[in-house]
Amino acid sequence: MSEAAQFTIEQFYRFIAEKKIMAVKCENCGKILIPPRPLCPNCLSTSLKWIQLKGRGKLLTYTVIHVAPEKFQHLVPYIFGIVELDEGVRLPGIIQGVKPEDLKIGMTLEIDFKVDIPQTWPQWPRYFFKPP
Amino acid sequence: MKGRPLAAIVSAGLSKFGKRDGFSSRELFAEAVKEAFDTCPNLDPKKDIKALIVGNMSEAFEHQCHSAPIMSDWAGILPAPSVRVEVACASSGAAIRYGLFAIISGLCDVVMVGGFEKMTNRTTLEATEYLAMASDFPLEQWNGATFPALFALMATAHMHKYGTTEEQMALVAVKNHHNGTLNPKAHMQREVTVEQVLSSRIIAKPLKLFDCSLISDGASCAILTRPDIARKYTDTPVYIIGSGHGTDAIGLYERDDLTSLKATRIAAKEAYDMAGLSPKDIDVAEVHDCFTIAEIIAYEDLGFCNPGEGGKFIESGAPTLDGSLPVNTSGGLKAKGHPVGATGVAQLYEIFLQLTGQADKRQVDDCEIGLTHNLGGSGATCIVHIYRRG
Repeated sequence: MSEAAQFTIEQFYRFIAEKKIMAVKCENCGKILIPPRPLCPNCLSTSLKWIQLKGRGKLLTYTVIHVAPEKFQHLVPYIFGIVELDEGVRLPGIIQGVKPEDLKIGMTLEIDFKVDIPQTWPQWPRYFFKPP
Repeated sequence: MKGRPLAAIVSAGLSKFGKRDGFSSRELFAEAVKEAFDTCPNLDPKKDIKALIVGNMSEAFEHQCHSAPIMSDWAGILPAPSVRVEVACASSGAAIRYGLFAIISGLCDVVMVGGFEKMTNRTTLEATEYLAMASDFPLEQWNGATFPALFALMATAHMHKYGTTEEQMALVAVKNHHNGTLNPKAHMQREVTVEQVLSSRIIAKPLKLFDCSLISDGASCAILTRPDIARKYTDTPVYIIGSGHGTDAIGLYERDDLTSLKATRIAAKEAYDMAGLSPKDIDVAEVHDCFTIAEIIAYEDLGFCNPGEGGKFIESGAPTLDGSLPVNTSGGLKAKGHPVGATGVAQLYEIFLQLTGQADKRQVDDCEIGLTHNLGGSGATCIVHIYRRG
């Protein structure tokens, strides 16, 4: 990882392409920021560093999407949820590998990656969640 | 008397909401403006109106940015300066607030505030995509969220934490559809039953088609004046006595609480404090029922009931037309329709009718204090206003 990696969303997705879930930690107040930002919204510090998250957490809430945007229609119906990672930050995303009727709030999920980078902006890969 | 007037509403107008084929937003705005002018003969629009603040969410629907001067022009008030404000579905709620600022600053004695959105010219797929732009792009939209999905996430969390049921959510739709049948300007003019709501097709579980508000065309406007000159224009002004604006992180995932909207609690507190009132003083309210769960959460965040008791509140009948605190007498976003940029001022329009005794078949008896609650996006913006009969 380059020391010069900017605290940007672009960089967050470059790390996703490397199959890493990276956040920014404020060295002043300790807040973990995801997605990364150049300015800590808590204490306004710019003293920040990258940290790698374990990519595991618990399901906080979910839905099953039946009417989807064009890019996601091939997945319908698909599960979308918010996961609280072990480090205390939350991420939204699609959940795969589990049937809707087996979903339980509080269940453990892991992050996985779909490194399939589009040709046009934004050239970002995607992450998703699945049971361990 | 509680509540120092911040500004007076001396007139208001609303276009018919619905699928207005062949009409663009500027024509709908002119329709709303015509009503506001016709019902306020003492107003000399070209001379009196010093500014227009107009809410509109998306230029994508009509391929038209820079719409504020168009609306000034179509209202016939050029060269009145105009500006468009945008905070998603709360855009015209914000227009009211910035109209207030113009009055309170002393710069303008009379301003027009309004809102508009043309939506039904687009396919449902296009409209869904444009509306989703009000959520966070890099994490929510990019990873497959839709607008209904974000409210569905709140619904799931609310059901899990408090035991709220799909039947209770359906009751919100039943109530608002009933009220819509009493409002000739409502998009949807038909009753629905709990069974119809529950058996409608799933959009984002647990939200079904009839839990969702409508994609509509429409426009709204109101004339605000300095309180001390209001009676030059009307014998029955309505005063705005409280204004609150809460802002939170755009991403639902960034917020601590998934069952309550902090922006609403902040906006409500600011507005209640300014008015010197509490939730029990409210006689009639228009709340942002973009989805049925949003109305249930609004009951709680506005203090109409305790946290977690929104489901029981609708079950009790309290927010129905003949209940103790009628909510969304217009039919709400659910049945009156939700041309997003028009909604905030459309809510004001309904409260203006109620407090001046002009709400006809849906008139709430003896109402003196009204409230509007307008959400932007999944709740990163909330604007609350409190009104008193003059």
